[in-house]
Amino acid sequence: MTVSWSGSAPTEGPGANASRADEHIDGNALAGSLREVFAVDVTVASGRCVGCGRVDTVAGLVLYTQAPGLVARCPGCDGVVLRLVRGPDRAWLDLRGVTALEIPLRP
Amino acid sequence: MARLAAVRDETPTARTLVLDVPDWPGHLAGQHVDVRLTAADGYSTQRSFSIASAPSGDGQVELTVQRVAGGEVSPYLADVFAVDDPVELRGPVGGWFVWRPEDPSPVVLVAGGSGIVPLMAMIRTRAGVGSRVPFRLVYSVRAPEDVIYADELRRRTRDDRGLDVAYVYSRQTPEGWPRPPGRIGLATLAEHGWPPDFAPACFVCGPTAFVETAADILVAQGHEPRRIKTERFGPTGPVASGG
Amino acid sequence: MGIVTPGFTGRPRPSDTRLPPGQYLTEDFPVLSAGPTPRIPLDDWRFTVTTELGGRREWSWAEFRALGDEAPTVDIHCVTKWSKLETTWRGVPVEAMLEDIESAADYALVHSYGGYTTNLPLEDLLGGQAWIVHEYDGAPLAPEHGGPARLLVPHLYFWKSAKWVRGIQLLLEDEPGFWETAGYHDYGDPWREQRYQGD
Repeated sequence: MTVSWSGSAPTEGPGANASRADEHIDGNALAGSLREVFAVDVTVASGRCVGCGRVDTVAGLVLYTQAPGLVARCPGCDGVVLRLVRGPDRAWLDLRGVTALEIPLRP
Repeated sequence: MARLAAVRDETPTARTLVLDVPDWPGHLAGQHVDVRLTAADGYSTQRSFSIASAPSGDGQVELTVQRVAGGEVSPYLADVFAVDDPVELRGPVGGWFVWRPEDPSPVVLVAGGSGIVPLMAMIRTRAGVGSRVPFRLVYSVRAPEDVIYADELRRRTRDDRGLDVAYVYSRQTPEGWPRPPGRIGLATLAEHGWPPDFAPACFVCGPTAFVETAADILVAQGHEPRRIKTERFGPTGPVASGG
Repeated sequence: MGIVTPGFTGRPRPSDTRLPPGQYLTEDFPVLSAGPTPRIPLDDWRFTVTTELGGRREWSWAEFRALGDEAPTVDIHCVTKWSKLETTWRGVPVEAMLEDIESAADYALVHSYGGYTTNLPLEDLLGGQAWIVHEYDGAPLAPEHGGPARLLVPHLYFWKSAKWVRGIQLLLEDEPGFWETAGYHDYGDPWREQRYQGD
């Protein structure tokens, strides 16, 4: 499977969906970017929000993509759970908003 | 590097792209791809698109693109992208919003506008494996001409055993429609979905606001939140995950 | 760079020699946000400056608006590569708000409603380089663009111009903010293309 792009640019160029600032989608759209970093699909993993204790799958997080990086927030308390910034030759992944990720794997 | 093999117009604003993807490993119904476009000056942007086709084993993948007025990517893919042109594609990705044929649970599919695309992949996959799992689709559009796959859905409700489709028209109804136009509500899902005690797997896809409304209705109906899987497109259509 | 997609141009991107490296001109004003838009009633709005000595100064909206306004016209550059030239704003120079404040701090951490933060050297907020603005393009600053008030510091990438600003914390040591802890540059000079840590 094709996992990574050959180069990159910060998230969105000019005119990126300029309508409502509250635009969000969900963590399903993180699948491609996280596959560059992890060997497994992390969107099916679940974790507990450090802010409110709510457990959600990564796919179910509230995802803001109209930003210099990807920011996934807890649907319960809006706290930041995960952040991913993709530079030209590096990515930064911040998972401080989740205590631990539980990742389903083949036995 | 994928290449456009063929196109198919679905509605005045939606077009299916049939892509040849070398070394395509296959996919599950509901997964998506990230498509990246690069201009000659190096500017690039990307969008996620749900895979519309069932796994076929022939290295071809279909995406259905809805042209978004004022959009940056969809007008290119719907109008300019030509047969034999290359396009960068990443995937398949997304293991959450998927339907697996091994799951015996009945299925409720709720689509808003272009949210029908991944759900159609599920319907096509079901037919491809000869599954009898009962599927109920509730498909909300603005007007009759916005129904993507209209003919195919008509044919499938006739020929695929156990598939039922109900339409919701939010702005304009077909001739002779017994109800005025309206948005999806509890009554529609109560009548055309599965009752909660059937414990169906629910898949909801479309613009963010539609998905959140529909998911709230399913929860209010009594479905377990864990049985409801959602995929939000941006308010104007799929939005890329960046990178 | 990715493989060029034949016939793809994207939105119009006129080139302009006034642009820093890697930037494209935009006609609209993209809204970028990492979370829900805070909605702050003016009666509840406060702007607070705190110092490393424990000093604290606070303004209500009325007190803030009673300070003298300037009307800067500036070019702005977003790290996501769009630039907008000759944007017009109205607001209070930051140095006017820091005037009588005792501090030996070299750094500032800017705080916003909603939890966003960004850091920069204190001297980059002085000398006519920064304002707390409440008007954009002749109208009150819309919430989606950071209203009621945001920081405007146009000589740095626009993520430093914190929306929904609520205060400035003066510090002896630099403390990375929201994007700076996720890979973005601590300073962010667009003319030296300082987008990411290590650039």
